Amino acid sequence: MITEIGHFALILALCVAIAQSVVPMVGAQRGNTAWMDFAAPASIGQLFLVGVSFAALTHAYVTSDFSVLNVAANSHTDKPMLYKVSGVWGNHEGSMLLWVLILALFGGAVGMFGRNLPPGLKARALAVQAMVAVGFLLFVLFTSNPFERIPAEMVPLNGRGLNPLLQDPGLAFHPPFLYLGYVGFSMAFSFAIAALIEGRVDAAWARWVRPWTLAAWCFLTVGIALGSWWAYYELGWGGWWYWDPVENASFMPWLAGTALLHSALVVEKRDGLKAWTVFLAIVTFGLSLLGTFLVRSGVLSSVHAFATDPTRGVFILALLLITIAGSLALFAWRGPSMKAGGLFQPISREGSLLFNNLLMSVGTATVLLGTLFPLLAQAFDYKVSVGPPFFNSVFVPLMVPMIVAMGIGPLLSWKRADLMPALKRLWFVAAMTLGAAALTGVMVGEYLVMSMVGIGLAVWLAGGTLAEFVGRTRLSPKRMAHTPRSAWGMTLAHLGLAVAIAGMTGAGLWEQERVLVMRTGETASIGGFDLTLDGVDSRPGPNYEATRGTFTARRDGDEVVVLTPEKRIYPVEGRPTSEAAIHSMLAGDLYAVIGDPQGDGHVVRLYWNPLVPWMWVGCLIMVAGGTLSLTDRRYRIGAPRRSRLRAAAQPAE
Amino acid sequence: MQRWIYLLPLIMVLGLGGLFWSQLGKDPHRIDSVLINQEVPPFDLPPIKGRTEGFASADLLGQVTLVNIFGSWCIACRAEHGFLVDIKASREVPIYGIDWREKDRDAGPAWLARFGDPYTRVGDDPDSKAAIAFGVTGAPESFIVDQRGIIRYKHIGPLTPEVWTRTIRPLIEELRTP
Repeated sequence: MITEIGHFALILALCVAIAQSVVPMVGAQRGNTAWMDFAAPASIGQLFLVGVSFAALTHAYVTSDFSVLNVAANSHTDKPMLYKVSGVWGNHEGSMLLWVLILALFGGAVGMFGRNLPPGLKARALAVQAMVAVGFLLFVLFTSNPFERIPAEMVPLNGRGLNPLLQDPGLAFHPPFLYLGYVGFSMAFSFAIAALIEGRVDAAWARWVRPWTLAAWCFLTVGIALGSWWAYYELGWGGWWYWDPVENASFMPWLAGTALLHSALVVEKRDGLKAWTVFLAIVTFGLSLLGTFLVRSGVLSSVHAFATDPTRGVFILALLLITIAGSLALFAWRGPSMKAGGLFQPISREGSLLFNNLLMSVGTATVLLGTLFPLLAQAFDYKVSVGPPFFNSVFVPLMVPMIVAMGIGPLLSWKRADLMPALKRLWFVAAMTLGAAALTGVMVGEYLVMSMVGIGLAVWLAGGTLAEFVGRTRLSPKRMAHTPRSAWGMTLAHLGLAVAIAGMTGAGLWEQERVLVMRTGETASIGGFDLTLDGVDSRPGPNYEATRGTFTARRDGDEVVVLTPEKRIYPVEGRPTSEAAIHSMLAGDLYAVIGDPQGDGHVVRLYWNPLVPWMWVGCLIMVAGGTLSLTDRRYRIGAPRRSRLRAAAQPAE
Repeated sequence: MQRWIYLLPLIMVLGLGGLFWSQLGKDPHRIDSVLINQEVPPFDLPPIKGRTEGFASADLLGQVTLVNIFGSWCIACRAEHGFLVDIKASREVPIYGIDWREKDRDAGPAWLARFGDPYTRVGDDPDSKAAIAFGVTGAPESFIVDQRGIIRYKHIGPLTPEVWTRTIRPLIEELRTP
């Protein structure tokens, strides 16, 4: 019964979305206030209906209702409650429902909190948001219905279970965060389309777009970090980023979204880069849709591809093309009329933001090319695979000038700046950078140049960011109290990136690995630690059988930690997973994996992964910076004096 | 600004969309056709530690050969290794090895010393020069190369006796008959 309510609510949500995509849009064109005002209640109603639908599916999972096909295929009574719930989105149909829910969530949030938005912009943006929702609701209802029932006589006694690799707390929350990020960019997209229809982009517009983009960016950062963290400890071979097509699919919107955040800043402060910002908003959401398409269509092979069904592929591709091509056509038509407002010199805050925007866009294009190249080649009957060497040798060097500019950019003034005074303030940072690079060079044996560049960049960025902060506040508490939260946010986010760069350098270049067969009582050394295998035993878990190894790690004879990696066999799914044991320290991670028995010992893999925790901490700092910036006063108070803006906007039309 | 710049993204997306459309429904896992019936791309790898001879593409000319990509870090390679040693013992076909992505210059030689060395020649490929040329997606992978240095077959993953008797041995015999 509840399942049918869920299905019905979803159909109703589709009806509401259709009305919401038409009525306010027509109202805005005709200047009919009543029709425009329909947008907000409709968006809240849509959120409610999709919420009911999602709750119904969750109910089916929690109560293990195996008469629902989706539950039978993906759940099991023995599964811990957390994974019953996360099972809702651990499959194609459920994850699409989550996608739609988040889409409705963002629309509903604008409906609820967007009271002081200009009514026309709000009506149009919510209508565009609803159009996207219509497409995806149709997709869910017609090709991926999560509420499909199994005929009563065929209902199984128990479910087929969830892929054991996915039964992990890190991954339970990876998709919701990732989707909050992906789908969150839909709001920037809807605002961009609304602005194109209105033919007006101004500071007030940017002020409205930025917080939604920032929120989505924060979620996406968490989502990507969680996914990477999960890969790091769950896949059990110490890697954290593989340039896998689906990882790239989440990384591209992140890059484009980061660029969007910064170019929207120029629109807000200086009334410049308007067409570019609108374009980035379209591209960012387009790349999010592309990610959805790549994962679900089976056009690229990837460890992530979990639903490969050509019909769905055709549907999503059509949706993708209509959305992106439609909006780019609109952009081609209306974009040229967006006159740039504030002019600026190449050496200025805008100039540095634009420079980094271009580098980030080229970076995004590189990742896109690398991801799609196999497909491109395949179309010409030529098979290639593009791997990490391509991305590392093309993408990474692009980021070097970007980080260098990031250290200087915040020190430049708007409109026109002199490079010399900024550089003078940075001579100390430059000296520190060279010192750190030299120290790295002395300490590191392999990958000398890359190590020096990596650590040098991290120090340069951290130093430049701190120099800007010190210059702005002169470290006086009074000035700090008056520093806007968005400035604090920028400082934190840039520092976070510096920490993460140090982490990536260490993790990517200095990893030590040993694979060997160990018998009980034997000792192996790695990264200055001596690990003794104390024993291997078997241990039952709730829905698996585990083989557990116990290692005692010592440093100079003193016990540091006991590591207990496991290898688990999930009998229901018949698949093994390896649970690495990781001991995180400031200097790095000690990482142990136990493998299959060989002779009278076991194959074990031991890793010393320097600075890895820095990556996750760096991501957290970035997110903290974004969140802090989101609470800035100017986003709560809304648009400034509208009369002035109207006057300013008139000539642009 | 010129209007056509604003049209450019649309054109690119439409092109990309057509490309996707044409590829839907094709199986991406069939990646066996890489470089098949193409010449081995030229490469010249230095020897691994403890050996004097490296491995260059020219070494493959004039005979049917098996080129095997391995690494001491690769667990599946270890599973395959015993079988390669058996092939070496049977003298069926010379095996040329590419020791791929070793971080430690001693790791590959130590591995071969421990588990046996089936290779006629081994090249050291720490930065994936030859591996990229061969379009390697992961270790282990094996290629059958004919007398003229043309790749005739690619096998992804560990070689097994079954694949050997059913596919590779007949292929080698076929290539050897003039």
